[in-house]
Amino acid sequence: MFDRSVSRALEVDAVSKRFLDRLFPLPFGRDRAAKREIIAVDSVSLVVERGQIYGILGANGSGKSTLIRLISTLLIPDAGRIRVFGHDVVREEMAVKRLINRVSVEAAFFRVLSPMENLLYAARLYGLDARRARKQIIEILERLGLDRDRVHEPLQKMSRGTQQKVAIARALLTSPVLLLLDEPTTGLDPRSKREVQKLILDLRATHDATILLTTHDMEEADRLCDRVAILHRGRIVADAVPSELKRVHGEGPGASLEDVFMRLTGHRLEEDEAEPVG
Amino acid sequence: MAALVEELRASYAFVERNINLTRRYWGWEIVFLVYSIVNSLAVTFIGAAMQEISGQQVNTAYLVLYLLIGTLVWSYLSVVFDAISEMITWERWEGTIEYTFMAPVHRVTHMVGTVLFAILYGVLRTAVILAVVSLFFHLDLGRANFLSATVVLLVGSISFVGLGIVAAILPLTFTERGSQMTRVVEAGLLLVSGVYYPIEVLPSWLRAIARVSPATYVLQGMRRSIMEGADLLALGPSLVPLLAIGLASIPIGVFIFGRAEWAARRNGTLKRNG
Repeated sequence: MFDRSVSRALEVDAVSKRFLDRLFPLPFGRDRAAKREIIAVDSVSLVVERGQIYGILGANGSGKSTLIRLISTLLIPDAGRIRVFGHDVVREEMAVKRLINRVSVEAAFFRVLSPMENLLYAARLYGLDARRARKQIIEILERLGLDRDRVHEPLQKMSRGTQQKVAIARALLTSPVLLLLDEPTTGLDPRSKREVQKLILDLRATHDATILLTTHDMEEADRLCDRVAILHRGRIVADAVPSELKRVHGEGPGASLEDVFMRLTGHRLEEDEAEPVG
Repeated sequence: MAALVEELRASYAFVERNINLTRRYWGWEIVFLVYSIVNSLAVTFIGAAMQEISGQQVNTAYLVLYLLIGTLVWSYLSVVFDAISEMITWERWEGTIEYTFMAPVHRVTHMVGTVLFAILYGVLRTAVILAVVSLFFHLDLGRANFLSATVVLLVGSISFVGLGIVAAILPLTFTERGSQMTRVVEAGLLLVSGVYYPIEVLPSWLRAIARVSPATYVLQGMRRSIMEGADLLALGPSLVPLLAIGLASIPIGVFIFGRAEWAARRNGTLKRNG
């Protein structure tokens, strides 16, 4: 299923996705008139080499999460093609699903269940042996700093940072070769953020994983990513290694990714986040 | 063979997850169970009181058993129907729908796991209700054919599974009102299927709908098995339509669900909740 000779972990080729957004609800008929079209992803192309941490930098509503959903088979592109290790995400959906896992901004768990129950559910879905998985779950969670006695506690009693670590543990458990991290540190306190960032670096070093990371944290992108693309209103406006981005688009030595973002989009990231989507 | 084992293992993931959720939501379960027991008792007491209400000679024991079978069978079928039709609603509510749909699991495997849990849960729950309600009434089960009753319930479950899958399409397609629509379907089935009265008392147009409801045949078959001791051969008129509805509705349901899932992934409505 996973061809180790393939050097390209991910190929996104001229992919577009648009949605119809309902402006106001109508109880009966004539619904179409009350909708507007939103172009979430507009002819996006990118290539992620195997083993890379590839960052997608953009404001809220820039299309980052839509792109992640397209790659993770949760959305079907209107145009273009996406391949994960050579497998087409639409035609070879099941093969792609076996190679990927995703950690999203809100940790998607059954919150009344414990980390053990949630992770065991994931293990069974991904075809792992339950007895081995139980051992692995304890090992991974302990490695991530979760006390053994909290493994059976409901997740709803845990902090967001801990929940996010459990989400990462779940992704690790299924050994994905392409890991999609959709703003994994958003909303975390500085300490948890730092810990999750360290985990991401460890993950690349210890597992043969390629990581696609979306973020609107410039410093995070600069620190973690081998290559960064800037997504603005559904379009990629730059795609290069961070140092090159700063050299080409920054204003002199000491330029930051924030400067690059501002120069390329005409906005500061905070201003962009305040603007309406679409 | 290995692929089948993997699919079964994945199916069990849904069974185990739902057992864990039931355990964790034990407070709700108790409330729901108490409500169902009280509801069954209230309905069955109507049968017990009929002689006093009408002032005429009535076969109370027959009426009590008639209503009790209705309330228990409906309790079981509605639990099976709810568990399957709410497969999507539940995941949306918990916020896990994308994680589950992203996993390398065929939708049929997902449905098999949901159905297995629904049947297991429905049987256990109905057994508890029966045990409690039996304490209040003297039930004459001397003529009951339990083998026939079990077969009717199993075949009936198949057809209700098909119906549940068809109903699960509603929340998938209509993100805002889909789950309420499944309630309307369920209420319609309760009205037309002869749960508490023979369908012969219904107006002709409702009787026509009753004939395509699998619940009608489950209830007829169960009453004939338990009250008349009918054997499997005699139950042909109930079992044949039940099997036909099940064999048609499951593949049709799975096919339409697949199309609805594709549409949801195209429109971006998989996750949206309202």
